[in-house]
Amino acid sequence: MSARLAVESLAARAASKLSRIAGVGGGTTLPGKLLWKLDPGAIDALAARLRDGAAVISATNGKTTTTAMAAEILEPGRRLAWNRSGANLVSGVASTLLAERDAELGLLEVDEGALPEVVRRVRPRAVLLGNLFRDQLDRYGELEHIAERWRAATAALPAETVLVVNGDDPQVGDMARERSNAIAYGIDDPRHARPALQHAADSRYCVRCGQPYEFAAAYVGHLGDYRCPACGHARPELQVRATEVELDGLHAASFLLETPAGSTRLRLPLPGLYNVYNALGAAALAQPLGASLEEIRDGLERFGAAFGRFERIPAGDKTVLVLLIKNPAGANEVVHTLLEGGAPSLLVIALNDAIADGKDVSWIWDVDFEPLLGRTERLIASGDRAAELGVRCVYGGLPEDALDVEPSLERALDRGLELTAPAGELVVLPTYTAMLELQRIVAERGWSKPYWERT
Amino acid sequence: MRIRVGHLYPEYLNIYADRGNIAVLARRAALRGHELEVAGISVGDTVRPDELDLLYIGGGQDREQLLISPDLAGKGPALESAVAAGTALLAVCGGYQLLGRGYLGRHGDSMPGIGLFPHETYAGEKRMIGDVLLEAELVAGERRTIAGFENHAGRTRLDPGAEPLGRVVAGFGNDGESGYEGARVGRAIGTYLHGPLLPRNPWLADWLLSQALAHATGGDPPALEPLPDRLEAQAHAVSAQRARNRGGRF
Repeated sequence: MSARLAVESLAARAASKLSRIAGVGGGTTLPGKLLWKLDPGAIDALAARLRDGAAVISATNGKTTTTAMAAEILEPGRRLAWNRSGANLVSGVASTLLAERDAELGLLEVDEGALPEVVRRVRPRAVLLGNLFRDQLDRYGELEHIAERWRAATAALPAETVLVVNGDDPQVGDMARERSNAIAYGIDDPRHARPALQHAADSRYCVRCGQPYEFAAAYVGHLGDYRCPACGHARPELQVRATEVELDGLHAASFLLETPAGSTRLRLPLPGLYNVYNALGAAALAQPLGASLEEIRDGLERFGAAFGRFERIPAGDKTVLVLLIKNPAGANEVVHTLLEGGAPSLLVIALNDAIADGKDVSWIWDVDFEPLLGRTERLIASGDRAAELGVRCVYGGLPEDALDVEPSLERALDRGLELTAPAGELVVLPTYTAMLELQRIVAERGWSKPYWERT
Repeated sequence: MRIRVGHLYPEYLNIYADRGNIAVLARRAALRGHELEVAGISVGDTVRPDELDLLYIGGGQDREQLLISPDLAGKGPALESAVAAGTALLAVCGGYQLLGRGYLGRHGDSMPGIGLFPHETYAGEKRMIGDVLLEAELVAGERRTIAGFENHAGRTRLDPGAEPLGRVVAGFGNDGESGYEGARVGRAIGTYLHGPLLPRNPWLADWLLSQALAHATGGDPPALEPLPDRLEAQAHAVSAQRARNRGGRF
């Protein structure tokens, strides 16, 4: 390490301690922000110290879970620099590289907008691109703009970098088409295809000629087996696939994982097809990073849950089940999964509109909440935009007397737990900052550890 | 009474939850004993001006707007004759731009519009994103507020003397300079306020329904039975407060 980098690193690490003592956010991004301000090039130097290089993971939905799955696969036997708290901007990446001085391999979840800069600085040996859905348009601008920046970033990757893409996403799959060093993954089990594209499906028009795609199977949003009837642009050949998928309600999904190194049947202890995609991404990435098929299977079968994504938190004699919602595609999958597990009769949904949630809350109208609303006996709408959420639910068919509007998340949680049967489970759907607030509440009550203290 | 609604290009222009506006119109019509009959009008479909009481066109990304603009050009005369004969219309964001005379991109590219609204749009440097609060007077002597959210790179200039939808209290509006937002031509209104415009502004939904009913019956716009709108008022208040606190800033 250069003398300059050493001094800057020291200053930044001191900032991390200070922010933890001050109790703000566990100090996960402050040191990185400081380092980035002092010398943006320091990130390049920190990344270059990783003996086994780094892998970068991005997607609109599932990047935290996919990265956590890859970590579960790779962690035995490898020291990782992994931004587990989800701090995924350039500053978060810098903080992680700074904190994990002895790491051998970087495993870095990266925000969609930050991907080009992180890739340019970190020079990863592998890049995983999971999917692109409409999300926080007030922050990212149009989906096309993100796609455009990703296309430029992937086109600039050196030939030796492995590009792993979800072949079932037309935009993302196309980014690997011209590369020799590429791996495409996807689902092949038409029994689980949805009867129609969901209401607000993105990427339904051919990336080349603009004609509507024909979907032989659509699994999650616009992810599936597509083909353009006009120009023939179609899903690429898949190197890593899930076949013979069996979904087990709110508990698990099992499938046959087929890879170039062989096939194995595995049981993922997380529900829903979207988690099958996350697992496929983690498997397709872990293989070129050196994981064996057995390591992949064992890691995925051991997997718990990523922070706030299908996380069960004990609350006295009851349990709180937290499912993060943040955009239409992700929330639709949460709704599907809840319906498959037998829809809950009581539900807390918390809608905030901070920058990290998206200041524009119009996305809640693109979520297909309706099937859930038909079966809910009591819905507690919470968060800073509780009233807006209440309006959405009532216009979606929820009887007004089944709705409580309680902007305070703490009171909404208490009310929900009060209505939950002994030993029962309360389902809470929070947006991102509401999820952080929920984690803070349960930590204060001693029900769980704050996220920055977890291992 | 049956209210016939034509929803233009629903599978192309739906980026900001446009179906929320339709859902609000449908429910508020039903609560007053009317039935909203919504039909999609897409690429290749024919517009039948005399069979429409209300038209809706939403927002899309540049790519989707480009995909439908040649088809829209063909529909222009029929849409204009519908509006001239008293069909009500709501155009949002991208749809609002396309119903003007056209859009000039930053690289000299251009997308012609159909000229239903007297305005032109050119692309600006920075997107104008944030909460908005307007004051409008669609019925003389009835001043009301409209709260919403805008996200657009286009700067829309109304022709001299053209009627805007409202005056900007907080936010950017048509171009960030004029102090005006949206446009109005008779029963047709256009606006940048996207997504759940009507859920937060139920009076505007009722104004549209009333105009559509006037077309359906051939009479004057009827007064609609008031609804409690308790939650809607709360949602409006939060949104209006957001606009006052943070609207109109880059």
